[in-house]
Amino acid sequence: MPSMRYIEPHAHMVSRVTDDYQAMVVAGCAAVCEPAFWAGFDRSAAAAFHDYFCQLTEHEPRRATKFGLPHFCWLCINPKESEDVSLARDVIALIPKFLEGKNVLGIGEIGLNKNSRNELKVLEMHVDLAARHNQLILVHTPHLEDKHKGTRLTLDVLRADSRIKPERCVIDHVEEHTVKMVFDGGFWGGMTLYPGTKCTAARAVDMIERYGGERLWMDSACDWGVSVPLAIPYAALELRRRGHSAETIDRLVYQNPLHFLSQCPKFALPGGAGERPA
Amino acid sequence: MVNRQKLLDLYFLEARAKMVDLAAFLDRMDRAEGECDFRLTALLKAFEELRHSGGTRAERVLLALSDPTTAPIPAATSKAACGAWPGNP
Repeated sequence: MPSMRYIEPHAHMVSRVTDDYQAMVVAGCAAVCEPAFWAGFDRSAAAAFHDYFCQLTEHEPRRATKFGLPHFCWLCINPKESEDVSLARDVIALIPKFLEGKNVLGIGEIGLNKNSRNELKVLEMHVDLAARHNQLILVHTPHLEDKHKGTRLTLDVLRADSRIKPERCVIDHVEEHTVKMVFDGGFWGGMTLYPGTKCTAARAVDMIERYGGERLWMDSACDWGVSVPLAIPYAALELRRRGHSAETIDRLVYQNPLHFLSQCPKFALPGGAGERPA
Repeated sequence: MVNRQKLLDLYFLEARAKMVDLAAFLDRMDRAEGECDFRLTALLKAFEELRHSGGTRAERVLLALSDPTTAPIPAATSKAACGAWPGNP
């Protein structure tokens, strides 16, 4: 078995082939977490989300279990489908009964896409849902030219709700122009290693060296686009090339996500977790 | 953190290749016919940020390509981002 261990905190495994599970486990993946997201097309009714939530809480964990890989998930209606507030309201009403699922970690990936008024309304509804059910929050920040503005608007929404604790929220897809405001607000940050539109491993290491490795994780967000399920092991290699110790790498790719995700009591790994056995 | 010599050893050829690719892209744009849109203008303006020192070039380039407004838009009329802000219509 591999000497490296890591947690993949954000991967859309429903879009990946089974070979990816095999490759991840061989590379040292100890757990995979799957946020609800956009299917690449708009679903026509809340019933389609019901089926998707069943897939995330029942079918996909079974697929991962074939490789001994614990599978966890987050539930929401993705920001790309949040322009229709009525549909979003119906979908959000479905979520509470799924929160009892043994692999459900919280509400996510919620947030904004084009920074519209309706997207903000739906974000507020999700935040309220998380607060009422004491759930962890995983935030998607917008793409490219919309990211900086969308990150600011999202942090404003989270700060405006006094029930929300920043240390229980991770703001994903941070880049050089948003990472500081996330850390300054006391939130966790996620760096997404995704070709073209997000962050490279070299830039992720730059941000770690500049801002420190506290309250930070890396993820692949691999999905149906051109993306890399082994992005975290590749980033670990980049850290090693840049002179970081095995202990530092283990903290960044395993201990940090473990620390955040363990705030949900359901995030339990087989054989326990924590310090590497001697 | 590794020193400058080590960073050059690690990344110089990669950075060189990306710069040549960028130059070739601009040459390709020069050779092609038709009108450009705001994206090329935004990219060329973002290049200016490379002249700054102080370790914030990546942040400055990203901000140069970002929507600088603060109010939510009335409605989302598309799902995709294009990588540069078109400016006020």
